[in-house]
Amino acid sequence: MKIETISWTGQSLERVEDAALLTGRGRFIDDLGVRPGTLHAAILRSPHAHADILAVEVSAAAAMPGVAAVIIGRDLARLTTPMVAGLKVAVENWPMAVERVRYVGEPVAIVVARDRYLAEDALDAIEVEYGPLPCVVDPLASLQSDAPVLHDRAGGNLVSDRRFRYGDPEAAFADSAHRVEVTIAYPRNTGAPMETFGVVAEYDPHEDAYDILANFQGPFSIHAVLARSLKVPGNRLRLRMPPESGGSFGVKQGVAPYAVLIGVAARIAGAPVKWIEDRLEHLGAAVAATNRVTTLKAAVTADGRITALDWDQIEDCGAYPRAPEPATLYRMHGNMTGAYDIASIAIRNRVVLTNKAPTGLVRGFGGPQVYYALERLMQRIAVELELDPLAVIRTNLIPGGAFPYRTASGALYDSGDYVQAFDLALAEGRLADLEARRDAARAAGRRYGIGFAAVVEPSVSNMGYITTVLTAAERQKAGPKNGAQATATIALDPVGSVSVHVASVPQGQGHRTVLAQVVADVFGLPCEAIRVVVDLDTGKDAWSIASGNYSSRFAAAVAGAAHLAATRLRDKLAAIAGSQLGVEPAQIGFAGGAVFAKGDAARTLPFGRVAALSHWSPALLPAGVDQAIRETAFWTPPELSAPGEDDAVNSSLCHGFIFDMAGVEVDVETGKVRIDRYVTMHDCGRVLHPGMVEGQIRGGFAQGLGATLFEELAYADDGAFLTGTFADYLLPTATETPDIEVLHIETRSPFTPLGAKGVGEGNCMSTPVCLANAVADALGVAELKLPLTPARIAALVAAPEPALPETHRQRTGGLGAAKPGDRALRGQGQAEVAAAPDAVWAMLLDVDTLASIIPGCHGVSKLSETHFKADVTLGVGPVKGRYKAQIRLSDLDAPRAATLSGSVWGALGTGGGSGRVTLTPAGEGGTLVAYSYEAAVGGKVAAIGGRLLDGAARAIIGQFFAALARRASPARPGFIARMLGRRP
Amino acid sequence: MPRLNAATRHRVAFTLNGKPVSLEAEPRLLATDALRHGLGATGTHVGCEHGVCGACTIQIDGQPARACLTLAVQLEGAAVTTVEGLAPERDRLSVMQAAFRRHHALQCGFCTAGILVSLDAYLREQPAPSEQELREVLSGHLCRCTGYTPIIRAALEAAACLRGEPLSQPSDREPAHV
Repeated sequence: MKIETISWTGQSLERVEDAALLTGRGRFIDDLGVRPGTLHAAILRSPHAHADILAVEVSAAAAMPGVAAVIIGRDLARLTTPMVAGLKVAVENWPMAVERVRYVGEPVAIVVARDRYLAEDALDAIEVEYGPLPCVVDPLASLQSDAPVLHDRAGGNLVSDRRFRYGDPEAAFADSAHRVEVTIAYPRNTGAPMETFGVVAEYDPHEDAYDILANFQGPFSIHAVLARSLKVPGNRLRLRMPPESGGSFGVKQGVAPYAVLIGVAARIAGAPVKWIEDRLEHLGAAVAATNRVTTLKAAVTADGRITALDWDQIEDCGAYPRAPEPATLYRMHGNMTGAYDIASIAIRNRVVLTNKAPTGLVRGFGGPQVYYALERLMQRIAVELELDPLAVIRTNLIPGGAFPYRTASGALYDSGDYVQAFDLALAEGRLADLEARRDAARAAGRRYGIGFAAVVEPSVSNMGYITTVLTAAERQKAGPKNGAQATATIALDPVGSVSVHVASVPQGQGHRTVLAQVVADVFGLPCEAIRVVVDLDTGKDAWSIASGNYSSRFAAAVAGAAHLAATRLRDKLAAIAGSQLGVEPAQIGFAGGAVFAKGDAARTLPFGRVAALSHWSPALLPAGVDQAIRETAFWTPPELSAPGEDDAVNSSLCHGFIFDMAGVEVDVETGKVRIDRYVTMHDCGRVLHPGMVEGQIRGGFAQGLGATLFEELAYADDGAFLTGTFADYLLPTATETPDIEVLHIETRSPFTPLGAKGVGEGNCMSTPVCLANAVADALGVAELKLPLTPARIAALVAAPEPALPETHRQRTGGLGAAKPGDRALRGQGQAEVAAAPDAVWAMLLDVDTLASIIPGCHGVSKLSETHFKADVTLGVGPVKGRYKAQIRLSDLDAPRAATLSGSVWGALGTGGGSGRVTLTPAGEGGTLVAYSYEAAVGGKVAAIGGRLLDGAARAIIGQFFAALARRASPARPGFIARMLGRRP
Repeated sequence: MPRLNAATRHRVAFTLNGKPVSLEAEPRLLATDALRHGLGATGTHVGCEHGVCGACTIQIDGQPARACLTLAVQLEGAAVTTVEGLAPERDRLSVMQAAFRRHHALQCGFCTAGILVSLDAYLREQPAPSEQELREVLSGHLCRCTGYTPIIRAALEAAACLRGEPLSQPSDREPAHV
């Protein structure tokens, strides 16, 4: 029967979600109440990028007020097993460090206390003794034979190395007229949802069962990983999700390890435990997108046609290859030719580990890394062959009549008309306008460029694509993985009202509204009559491994499953109504809240009466209808088969198309990139809700913009994490995010129930490279490194910095110039002290004097004549903490000079440095104390206070000498040391 | 202000959305925790706890303030407005809230409370803002979902509506210089 009257689907209805969110009645995880007696957890994290844990002393912390338990890696290892990974390598994926830390921010201990404040107090009292190890943060350096090895049993940091070959790339390269090559180092960034992770866990010792509430987003294949890690069968891990989640962008997949940690904490504490992640924890240790080094070569004909690609990708998964990694590398495997008709590809994929936080799902998931290389290459082909970049794109696009189109590496592009979308985007004066603006700007001497990007946006991931990382033989042994089960349940209650449940856990995508639209249309009901529930409970709801909200699968798969379940239920209702009204089920219609015989207005029943019949009068059910109460549909597309013997894989079900063009102007004085125009053309199949589709595109664009200009999870060479606040990890704000023009064509997917495709991630893939191409065009440069910060732009365009004045250089002589990644704090100064050098010298070696002049000192003990230990409280910006310090004196030249070396460590971080102090007799029997120092700081202080460190170091060291001066001449209060020195 | 003792709790009394409230607070208790967990006003969200994201913005005596950088004891005697106090009735939306819903100016809704509170204060000061001015006000808030444009549209429309003007056609305007 085909009696649907489409009325709701496709409209930009106001969202049912919004009223609660707008009035402060949202139900995010931290808005929900907890059971009485629930305790609160805080997590101690490593300040070192790589170190052995030599000892952990928790007794002082455990004795603090309100503390119920302190949990360390050893406790975790006793109750759990390491989390299973996608790679078959000898790496133990523990969610908390056991014996060794491998990245800054790695959990080392958990305190469980009566409230969060008390728990954080107790963190400071845990004493961890680390044995620092050499670390490696750069993926290329990690491949070197002399690189520090993160996991000894793995034998090295290269944990996967696979080569693929499709078509005949060698012949294509041998025959090619031109070869064009780009090398890209794509940086680390992240989705940075405004709500951080949260977990509330409880353990039942009698049933050996965990009940864990978390703002997890899926994929629920991870449920199997968690249950195994917690050593319980799946039915003893009840994972629940709150009704609302404050954004995810893939990232909330990464809450999974904390489900294990907080679950174990609850088990040990014997009470429910709640943990809400803070922003520093999130930026430093939640989920990063992979940074990747790519070398991409193209074999090109004289007229710009690409005959083969050769990809070499080195993927940096951080310190642990945590499931589902290395999925970022393989998500795009079928799409390595992008929107282009290219017959041959060679691919080498390597996965390396480095001393950085583990990676995982982030919006775009592999797409930004791939398209940045591919679309930069397209521009380079145009530049090097002196062709029009648009002509190079157009000549290589998959032609309109070719769909469904099988790519060389196995993806089946469902539908599209790329050439038409491309032509339409340029039409109606849009390209002409852009060119006119460029010409006018250039004529006025400004640096204006135009960039393009053509992108295929995959959605609805094949749950088997990740197995492409295994060889065909390994896959054979492990058993094939494939498909993408979506589930939806429609229920009718005893008054005949309709409820919908899906296993998709939205984070702001408006599922409740769209599902109501889709289901209302099936039943001929008003949209507001449908009630949709989207929070998920694995203990009682229908779900499968592909459940969750990722790979832009909602519109294509989940809404389709809901449509399928509703249609099945409607067909049963038609049979019931047919028997009641005495007509064939095929003659039954649903509209306006009524069920009726088509063409016979007299024979009609209220929908509610038919819908309630199975509850009240099951004896009246017609033959062949068991019940019309609840219908659960599972839907998986047959096109998503397991990778073949030849390693070809249809990695995703749907393939949208995007063509972007941008006009940017670069201000060479400030290094600022201004986006003058941005046009984005989309084909995401059938649009179920135009307002939400536009929201996805605009939101994706803003994140792409951030990735282009601002965002990088930055690490220093010593592994210190440098971007732990939103003042360091910069997100675009309203003053940096321009309005954009959004265009659509619609070619429906033949593979999805509603003809829809995903649209959530495309601009995260297309925008960074489109903008980079525009900047490259504006500046006439070949190589660009994201993010395009003003400093990097300045380095590309500006004249070299003028030399420092002679006098300044003299003062800074001998301190050495900073090199990239070198965060050493350097400075110098001098102070006049009203005491003779002999007296000053004695003071520097005297415990009591040191105790009184070291800033924030609580006491000094003398370990030897030249070795002191101190307890100090230091403040850097907003972060004040207690540290232990050791100071050694060496190269003694009494009473003229000494070298002071010191190190400090505490819960907030570590530091170390050395300085040379010289004492010179000055007038009136005084001494001129001069000093220069070099210091480095790591841990939490470096992550959140990087901007303040120089000033803080100068102030603290200055305070030391000022105090020395005061101490030497207490009777002369006006004689305060003058701090003359300035850092280079 | 009286000297407070870190070891004891102090009674803090203020008005929250027009109603008198009070709670016992240690001096170090943040206003966000007092509002959310002490008084159950969970509409104010915590996004960064260092004053950058703006999600926790509340009004203290009519002035926008970051609740995450405010101690609960600082609210003593103040008139505090949170997102829960913006709608005229419990089952209605304010003009701004309704405009947000019309324009899809929120997705996950986590940052929205702070934005609404800021705009409410700003429009009292400047009832006829330009797009550029609104973008500058909004630059004190991070939204990761919307790309901001729908928020600007909603705010412009709500401001016009509050001035009693007919709704303008947003497509006619020149984009702000960003």
